Amino acid sequence: MQTFDVVIVGAGPAGMSAATEAADLGLRVALLDEQLSPGGQIYRGVNGVSAERAKLLGADYAYGKTLTSRLPRDGLAYFDGAVVWAIEDGFCISYTKDAKASVLNADRVVLATGAMERPMPIPGWTLPGVMTAGAGQILMKQSGIVAQNAVLVGTGPLLYLVAAQMIRFGAPPVALVETQTRSDLIRGARYAGGAMRGWRYLRKGLALLAEIKRAGVPRHRAATGIQVEGTDRAEAVRFHADGAEHRIVCDTVFLHHGVVPNTQAARALRVPHFWDDAQACFVPNVDSWGMADVEGLFIAGDGAGIGGAKSAELAGRITALRVAELAGKLAVADRDRKAAPLQAASQTDRAVRPFLNAAYPPYTGALTPDDATIICRCEEITAGDIRRFAKLGCEGPNQTKAFGRVGMGPCQGRYCGLSVTMLLAEAHARTPDDIGYYRIRPPLKPVTLGELAAMSAPDLEGEV
Amino acid sequence: MKPVSPFLETGTAPQVTIQFDGAPMTVPQGSNLAAALLAAGIRTFRQSPVSGAPRAPHCMMGVCFECLVDIDGVSRQACMVDVSEGLVVNRLAKAEDPDADL
Ligand SMILES: Cc1cc2nc3c(=O)[nH]c(=O)nc-3n(C[C@H](O)[C@H](O)[C@H](O)COP(=O)(O)OP(=O)(O)OC[C@H]3O[C@@H](n4cnc5c(N)ncnc54)[C@H](O)[C@@H]3O)c2cc1C
Repeated sequence: MQTFDVVIVGAGPAGMSAATEAADLGLRVALLDEQLSPGGQIYRGVNGVSAERAKLLGADYAYGKTLTSRLPRDGLAYFDGAVVWAIEDGFCISYTKDAKASVLNADRVVLATGAMERPMPIPGWTLPGVMTAGAGQILMKQSGIVAQNAVLVGTGPLLYLVAAQMIRFGAPPVALVETQTRSDLIRGARYAGGAMRGWRYLRKGLALLAEIKRAGVPRHRAATGIQVEGTDRAEAVRFHADGAEHRIVCDTVFLHHGVVPNTQAARALRVPHFWDDAQACFVPNVDSWGMADVEGLFIAGDGAGIGGAKSAELAGRITALRVAELAGKLAVADRDRKAAPLQAASQTDRAVRPFLNAAYPPYTGALTPDDATIICRCEEITAGDIRRFAKLGCEGPNQTKAFGRVGMGPCQGRYCGLSVTMLLAEAHARTPDDIGYYRIRPPLKPVTLGELAAMSAPDLEGEV
Repeated sequence: MKPVSPFLETGTAPQVTIQFDGAPMTVPQGSNLAAALLAAGIRTFRQSPVSGAPRAPHCMMGVCFECLVDIDGVSRQACMVDVSEGLVVNRLAKAEDPDADL
């Protein structure tokens, strides 16, 4: 079995910067990512894109190459296409690569597993042709294909970025159906001070909006009652806005109302999480170095709370400094001297967040959906089912499994977890912290008997 | 005949041939399987094990499991697989879905 000083899970900006920093400080580092090339969500497929496509996607995307190009170096072993499915105390990290399971050993683990888009359960969201906006973006980045005749639905900066990228790819969306209201923007204005410190982000946002306007893409704001119509695929989006009912015919619907930390691995390691009201999601409890209450475990990047790509990159480096210090490779004074400018840069970078959180809140209609709306896509459980379970005495998310297999499908609750917590909190008039979340157990991703059978002998001995 | 796809392809990669549900299909070499199937006009990837409703890729990042297909007898997320010449891909029969009740 291979042994490392630190194993880092996830090769997005956080994981890549943590890995290079740690290797430079003399640690033996393993970096694993289930994707076949490094970059994470923001820099997805950046190593494979043509110069032409990179230009369409923008300079912020192309920047990812500077991070991926630093990976080949002494002391850093990068495992691409490696799905991590179990992390056991100590640490033993089990993963599958090329249909073969293996185990790595490490004193310390950094989870840099990033974020996922907040699921947006609205009527019709399970129909073929309804995807997330991030999925639409992944299709452009990774495969160079763009949806024609698509409607973007939801809210937030990523929605505008994807719209602009689609325009540059030659397929402007048919319309933007946005859910934020005027009063959200006014609430956001309270944080104008922070927003001004993050003026670069504001300027970028305004440039995107100008691009969308120039392309003549209609924008509907404060939309409510949003639903996707269709029998065996998406055919139209219906919604209410500006005092009227609208119906827009389309082939594809891209949903997006923010991103939330991917907490699956941290929860499996029993890291305590708490509800963050400003971001309306659970975040793991970590200190300013990303250190969790589990010995030797760190969380860096969007997985520790949404801060965006730049913050993730800085967080990876900050965490690496603490890991190196604990491993005896860096004196405390040197750690602090190196960390100070990174911490200052991170504060400035995050200054815009309170504005974004307030101005682009998640769509209420999808936080506590109507009774008939499916919230667990795998088991086809509706919001009404959860409310019914609550009336029958179901107190917490784990109990819903007994009531109706909620969260027991292949996605292991990744898509319904937050909805179930919010619906139970509403039904019992309690806080999400009181209600809690699913207990997550390994395997984090399905592993087949064939993959286990192919496990190399030394790995199995290590398991005993 | 190739079904009409709602997606526009901008790439110019050389093509390879894979088998989809027993029929040959040409797709860009090294492309992502879920993306290649969508670009080829495939709209339904599987049926939900509970009601049989049609499903197709949703997240494209390995989270939602809606793009499950059968590759060499193993159900895998199409969005996490790159295509190569001769890859044999089948839609899962409803009962084969890993989530179906035994
Ligand atoms: C679909 C999507 C698109 C986005 N696009 C943009 C954008 O264009 N611009 C922008 O500023 N922000 C974007 N974001 C926001 C994004 O979260 C951050 O900007 C940034 O990517 C966060 O970096 P990170 O390193 O924390 O995590 P990520 O970049 O998300 O990287 C996490 C990595 O961990 C890997 N991983 C997770 N679990 C496992 C496992 N069990 N085994 C192995 N590997 C695993 C994933 O494959 C992934 O590569 C996007 C988010 C999403 C979800």
